[in-house]
Amino acid sequence: MENTLGLLENSGGGIGREVPSGGSTTGSMSTVDNLVFSSEVSSCYPDENNDSDELELGLGLSLGGGAAANKSLKPPSWARILTAKDLPCLVSKSSSSSSPTVPKASHKRIAADSVSPPNGASSQVVGWPPVRAYRMNSLNQAKLSITEDFSSIVDKSENAVVNKDNNSCNKQGNDTIDKGLSKVSLFVKVNMDGTAIGRKVDLSAHNCYETLARTLEDMFCRSTRNANTRSNMQGHNLMVEAGGSSKLLVGSSEYVLTYEDKEGDWMLVGDVPWREKGNSSIAIFFFEGPCKYMEECSYPLLVETFGSLGQKMTNICVLTFIF
Amino acid sequence: MAYSFPEEVLEYVFSFINSDKDRNAVSLVCKSWYEIERWCRRRIFIGNCYAVSPGIMIRRFPEIRSVEIKGKPHFADFNLVPEGWGGYVYPWVIAMSRAYPWLEEIRLKRMVVSDECLELISKSFKNFKVLVMSSCEGFSTDGLASVAANCRNLKELDLRESEVEDLSGHWLSHFPDTCTSLVSLNIACLGSEVSFSALERLVSRCPNLRMLQLNRAVPLEKLPNLLRGAPQLAELGTGAYSAELRPELLSSLLDAFTGCKKLKGLSGFWDVVPAYLPAIYPVCHGLTSLNLSYATIQSPDISKLISQCQNLQRLWVLDYIEDGGLDILATTCKNLEELRVFPSDPYGVEQNVSLTEQGLVSVSEGCPKLQSVLYFCRRMSNASLVTIAQNRPNLIRFRLCIIEARATDYLTLEPLDAGFGAIVENCRELRRLSLSGLLTDRVFEYIGKHAKKLEMLSIAFAGDGDLGLHHVLSGCESLRKLEIRDSPFGDKALLANAAKLETMRSLWMSSCSVSYGACKLLGQRLPRLNVEVIDERGTPESRPESCHIEKLYIYRTVAGRRFDTPDFIWTVDEEGNAPLRIA
Repeated sequence: MENTLGLLENSGGGIGREVPSGGSTTGSMSTVDNLVFSSEVSSCYPDENNDSDELELGLGLSLGGGAAANKSLKPPSWARILTAKDLPCLVSKSSSSSSPTVPKASHKRIAADSVSPPNGASSQVVGWPPVRAYRMNSLNQAKLSITEDFSSIVDKSENAVVNKDNNSCNKQGNDTIDKGLSKVSLFVKVNMDGTAIGRKVDLSAHNCYETLARTLEDMFCRSTRNANTRSNMQGHNLMVEAGGSSKLLVGSSEYVLTYEDKEGDWMLVGDVPWREKGNSSIAIFFFEGPCKYMEECSYPLLVETFGSLGQKMTNICVLTFIF
Repeated sequence: MAYSFPEEVLEYVFSFINSDKDRNAVSLVCKSWYEIERWCRRRIFIGNCYAVSPGIMIRRFPEIRSVEIKGKPHFADFNLVPEGWGGYVYPWVIAMSRAYPWLEEIRLKRMVVSDECLELISKSFKNFKVLVMSSCEGFSTDGLASVAANCRNLKELDLRESEVEDLSGHWLSHFPDTCTSLVSLNIACLGSEVSFSALERLVSRCPNLRMLQLNRAVPLEKLPNLLRGAPQLAELGTGAYSAELRPELLSSLLDAFTGCKKLKGLSGFWDVVPAYLPAIYPVCHGLTSLNLSYATIQSPDISKLISQCQNLQRLWVLDYIEDGGLDILATTCKNLEELRVFPSDPYGVEQNVSLTEQGLVSVSEGCPKLQSVLYFCRRMSNASLVTIAQNRPNLIRFRLCIIEARATDYLTLEPLDAGFGAIVENCRELRRLSLSGLLTDRVFEYIGKHAKKLEMLSIAFAGDGDLGLHHVLSGCESLRKLEIRDSPFGDKALLANAAKLETMRSLWMSSCSVSYGACKLLGQRLPRLNVEVIDERGTPESRPESCHIEKLYIYRTVAGRRFDTPDFIWTVDEEGNAPLRIA
């Protein structure tokens, strides 16, 4: 009840409820590489049953559509709980073999032990080296655009964009700058619960979910990501750091991106290829820790959709669970 | 009765005295001079918004036209000051809106400004001309729209690195068509696109526009037209400096830049495509200021650029410049006064560029006028620091950040005490110093002994104990601002030098070894200090007094304690009682 309503009616407010965290992952959890984001995602209908306590995290693997897994899914309002482990494309590759508790430290690709202090900073100290947030944001953007090769922009057909293999995200970066679309800046406003100041994300600057997720994570986690990411992004200025509460999102990198399409159906970001056509609006929900799984529906082509709205800004709601 | 000049004559004389220090001196001569001076002071600088209240300011200076106010402590730039700390400008604006109808200029730094404030500003001051908000936050583009729409004589709107809630780019269109007064416009920190046509028209109808800093969203293709509309520009911040390679764009840019005969400063350069850099070659020779600190171009391109900027006085650049580029800087730019080298990969573990202490040594050798340095690097040696100190005794600001905390001299593995010691000993005019690397109390002994003109000192991960802090507090006669983090300084030094704190603007200490008990003592002993304990673990009264507090901010004030503190700040009151907090 609370769960369902919370998310659906929310347009910026947060859900402060405690979601059962952790939970055991079953032995049937497939490895990262086996996860398939296809359009035949198993359907887990949000129903009114709200006994989320019974959920097991291992169920996240059923994304690929295993019937057995489906059974156990028995979703309450929010079918089941996914963790970032289930969606490796949203988590740094380096953490794919790490423990569930690996926090953002792994993102930073720092040669530190994988156990991090509660604030997730591992070898990172707040405010050291003393580089202003404004500069860091610009720098991160700039660094990512270095790797783009402007002189070899090639019109790529849609099939270059498929997101099944996370690594392909990197390779495709160079090729997938659609000339027409690359000129469109689709700045979408993102608000996080509890933050007075929102951020803006340029959706057209991303070629895959991974970078979008990372960007959002960066913005709202105020993490000090190692800028040596390999993603290719057409850099656009991100807003300076939001005045988000530093209590949020520290330590845990378990999050899932979901969004709501125009028909009010929920979709799991990453379920379908980034650029598949569709026609719906979008609201991205950004969860940390166990969260909700949404039924997959028709897929929006984010870039084209917003492009067709004449670069109209659309609100994105970002919710964060704190554990 | 001694003769006296007629007031008008004195006033006229005073009108030539503009420095605050001199004005303050004038006001101390005698009562009548105090009176005359206070009625004719037009400009006021408030380094700490909580050191004085709006009421006090207005009571003493009834005819102010220009106000500059600073809010949060410097370490707020690095996320060390929690959200909600304070620094609200609203009370100031409210008070001034009633008392200073002729106010023309407001300059703010690290303050929280709301849209409501901006609207109030735009409607209260009929002759409002200058709004500069440096590293401020709390407002959106709606507030900017009010300013654009209502300030008829606006000359400067400068948003320097503020955090703006970017609702849309349409605010710029609120400048009426009749607005032709703009001299300076800096929107570099904004994320969204502003309406280009509005921008173009605004730029071309303001004949006095001399500074224009665009935001990243302004594409390179738009730049030639903008420049053609404002060939008188003295300072330009480009938008994104990238586009597909098109010869006609390059030549159009080249053309446009060639037409800007007065260009002295360039910045911006996000996302640089090196192939477009030659477009600025025509103006390089005249440049005195170049900010490439967002430009991710590599050393060869940077070097080519710099080798044409013989008149450069100020260079901000990323460490992509590498030692080689700094060598070229040293040989080319003999007028260089300020150098800032920022890290391209501050959190990376490995060094990603070939920039070492050598680069700085070269520049210190080759640039005789160098006085201001901010340098991030990954290694340093005492020997190099000594060399730099001996080369450049005229240094005024020296901020060195060796990225790894507590890094030793990479050659001898010793602390860097001797090196920084040489800096303070040789550079007698040093006003600002930031330390890094492995440092013992020794370096503070040197600083206390030699750094007599030092006004601002930043310490991180340094020192052995209280003695270090004691050296600084007892020895640095000109010290105004001291900020310390993660250093083992504690109660003894603070209490022994309590009186010193009243001669300083502020002291920040975080993750040090100061106990709550000591804070209470300080608060008790020195009523003209606000002793603010920042602790997010709940009230310090709930822990033993000997327990170390998280963060401490002490500042002198004539305004008494403030009442806008969030719930994690405890101000120790005069009786040393349980800290009061307004719920």
